Amino acid sequence: MKRFFRVLVYGLLCLLVAAPAALAGGNVVIKGSTTVLPVAQAAAEAYMKLHKDVNISLSGGGSGDGVKALIDKSTDIANSSREMKKQETDLAKSKGVNPMAHVVAIDAIVPIVNPKNKVKNLSTDQLSQIYQGKITNWKEVGGENLAIVVISRDSSSGTYESWGHLVLNGAKVTPRAQLQASNGAIVQAVSKNRYAIGYIGIGYLNKSVQALTVKGVQASAKTALSKEYPVARPLYMYTNGAPKGDTEGFIKFLLSKKGQEIVKKEGFVPVK
Amino acid sequence: MTRHQKEIIIKNVFFILSLVSILILGLIVVFLFREGLPLFREVSLRDFIFGMEWYPTYNPPSYGIWPLIVGSLIVTVFSSLIAVPLGVLAAVYISEIAPPAIKEVLKAIIELLSGLPSVVLGFFGMVIVAPWLQETFDLPTGLNIVNASVILAIMAVPTISSISEDALYAVPNEFKEASYALGATKFETIARIIIPAALSGISTAVILGMARAIGETMVVLMVAGGAAAIPESIFDSVRPMPASIAAEMGEAPFRSGHYHALFATGIVLFLMTLAFNLIADYISQKFKEVGSATL
Repeated sequence: MKRFFRVLVYGLLCLLVAAPAALAGGNVVIKGSTTVLPVAQAAAEAYMKLHKDVNISLSGGGSGDGVKALIDKSTDIANSSREMKKQETDLAKSKGVNPMAHVVAIDAIVPIVNPKNKVKNLSTDQLSQIYQGKITNWKEVGGENLAIVVISRDSSSGTYESWGHLVLNGAKVTPRAQLQASNGAIVQAVSKNRYAIGYIGIGYLNKSVQALTVKGVQASAKTALSKEYPVARPLYMYTNGAPKGDTEGFIKFLLSKKGQEIVKKEGFVPVK
Repeated sequence: MTRHQKEIIIKNVFFILSLVSILILGLIVVFLFREGLPLFREVSLRDFIFGMEWYPTYNPPSYGIWPLIVGSLIVTVFSSLIAVPLGVLAAVYISEIAPPAIKEVLKAIIELLSGLPSVVLGFFGMVIVAPWLQETFDLPTGLNIVNASVILAIMAVPTISSISEDALYAVPNEFKEASYALGATKFETIARIIIPAALSGISTAVILGMARAIGETMVVLMVAGGAAAIPESIFDSVRPMPASIAAEMGEAPFRSGHYHALFATGIVLFLMTLAFNLIADYISQKFKEVGSATL
């Protein structure tokens, strides 16, 4: 039901984007990464509740689309789950757009196993091999002689995308991987299964599962911020030059204590 | 206003109300096809149906749903293997053998079973059945074909049993009386007279039960495991079509290839359940008992 509602909301938001921006109050257009989308959406709802005259229209489409829209000046804020590439910055400058990055959250993803599993640490390469279905037994990575049950997210989730990007470098996840539709469901499945490995946003970690260290580094807000922990990346909002008006208001709100609470609630690491 | 005019008005109101449901169904079908068909500008029908790889978010994407179709069919067949004997035999017991007091209790319980929300059954499968299956058979995962089939069977039993029961009731008493008069025992009467006479109704019940199982979403999303690969054993995970649609639709970019592919999967699912319903309809028409045994 919640997902259905989301589809509905996205549909309506798309209509809003298409509608002519003739409203009197402030208008902020946000476009880009689906990873940042849930944070942007929750923050936009909270901001619009506080400022009734502001209308924020929000759409996904991916980091590339967001950046493209910023260069075309068809969006005020471009959400991106990566830094802008050099040719994008060059293109922007040639069109008189001066992209300014705001890191609004850190996306840290933690591999988890059942507490009974003896494996406590894996390298990114081992994780990649496991998720590609090349390593299929725990004994190959120093554990018991048990088959590995790979649990992944549905392919459209932002966590799946980040995992695929940071760990697998774009290689395909084995089709034998099980699918769970949410971070919570992965925790549930892994906590009941000592063969299993899964990955979740750091905000969903609890005591029923064991977080693995990656290359010996424990995932935490601190190690994610210092970039010691490898499976983490900053999430950006790009604006054209220093933000003004309601765009500035929105970004300030997101970076405020209240905004960062939203970031935490959506399962990301706050930047402050 | 005369009584006659009132009659006409009432008749028309009812006519319009019945049209509303047809209209809604029609609109849903139109919408389904309008959102699903654009996919075939990107991939051929053959690659879509028989493609072995489902990687909708990669570049380039692959939209093959054959593993999902196999997943759907396999859990439907296995759940029928469990639900059909259970449902039909329960119906025989309730309508022919059980004393009235037990009959009332049993009917009430089976109806209660049909009222259980699928998410509750799914949760039961995930938290109770899966760990049990895993420990008992020493499996890598309890979220597999067997688990999904058992839970789907629990959902299909009430459908099969209540429709079969109606069919058994409709067998006229004269048939039974004639059978007893010829010296047949109760078992012989049930096995040779009543069940054959009610067979078209029972077949309809079975097919509607299967249609229920193939379209069920929440249970397969929660307990089938969700691996988009052709299973090699009955303890492997599968991803039936409804599970894939439900899990991915929320995040699929509006009107992207992925979005159209999910709707096209919906079309396949719709055509399958439509086929089940047409077969059920055909059987109940074709083998309709004429005379006093008409259902």
